[in-house]
Amino acid sequence: MKIFKIIFIILIIFYFSPLKANEIELQNKITKNLRCLVCQGQSIYDSDSEFAISLKLLVQNKINQGWSDKQIYNFLTDKYGEWILYDPKLNKNTYFLWFFPILILLFGGVIVLKKFNKH
Amino acid sequence: MKRRIISLLIISFFLFVFIIFYQSLNKSSFYKPKSKIKDIPQFVAKSLSSQEEISSKKIFYEDKYYLLNIWASWCVPCRDEHPILVGLSKNKQLEIIGLNYKDNLSNAQKFLNELGNPYRIILIDKDGTKAIEWGAFGVPETFLIFKNKIVKKFIGPLDQSLLNEIEQIIK
Repeated sequence: MKIFKIIFIILIIFYFSPLKANEIELQNKITKNLRCLVCQGQSIYDSDSEFAISLKLLVQNKINQGWSDKQIYNFLTDKYGEWILYDPKLNKNTYFLWFFPILILLFGGVIVLKKFNKH
Repeated sequence: MKRRIISLLIISFFLFVFIIFYQSLNKSSFYKPKSKIKDIPQFVAKSLSSQEEISSKKIFYEDKYYLLNIWASWCVPCRDEHPILVGLSKNKQLEIIGLNYKDNLSNAQKFLNELGNPYRIILIDKDGTKAIEWGAFGVPETFLIFKNKIVKKFIGPLDQSLLNEIEQIIK
């Protein structure tokens, strides 16, 4: 009987562990993309400030409630603004941020091409 | 001609960098989040005095001004602003609700015994997640509420000028 119990417990652990692993992976992915507002330069994932600890817990709770990463990001940007995300969304405030590097790259490309053609 | 363009480009580049740095000299590195929330969040929390679960719907239901103050006994600026809250609690047009943030409950009680209790109800936020629902990121933070909407948010301790501002609004 004892053996059956042990087997049963092992089966349950094996059944649930991949689910838990996915949740932890998602939680890490989200918290790595969140900026710690009280210790700038660190992500929520890296920080051990009171705010970061609470936010990690909140993200974990929301994942347990079945929220997706997008829902969590929207929830937090409503409360703290775009600044809380390390990976800002594409909107009219961030056009410059997203397209300026591409413009620079194109500009550089044109210069290189011109030089290349001359030679 | 080519040299002129290059030197013009270099000068404008340095000018651009100079302006950016010069502007940043006067900029505070303290970030105030641009919160979009206008409606107060719905939540359930334990009361400090009775240990009963109270819904936010049963707190902010009247047609009057409320002041939600996030505080903790370990927070030094909270100690500074406390006399202002005690003074404000005498104003009948306003009701002050406390949200005790990540605190030791006996320390919180000692803090109130020592400095006075301006709060009608004190709710407990043991893990700090309720403060996040409000868009707060530290203590003290204070929210002026009217008809379930956040009228004004104050980050940091209240002082005399902010007190005047609050009194102007609720007049």
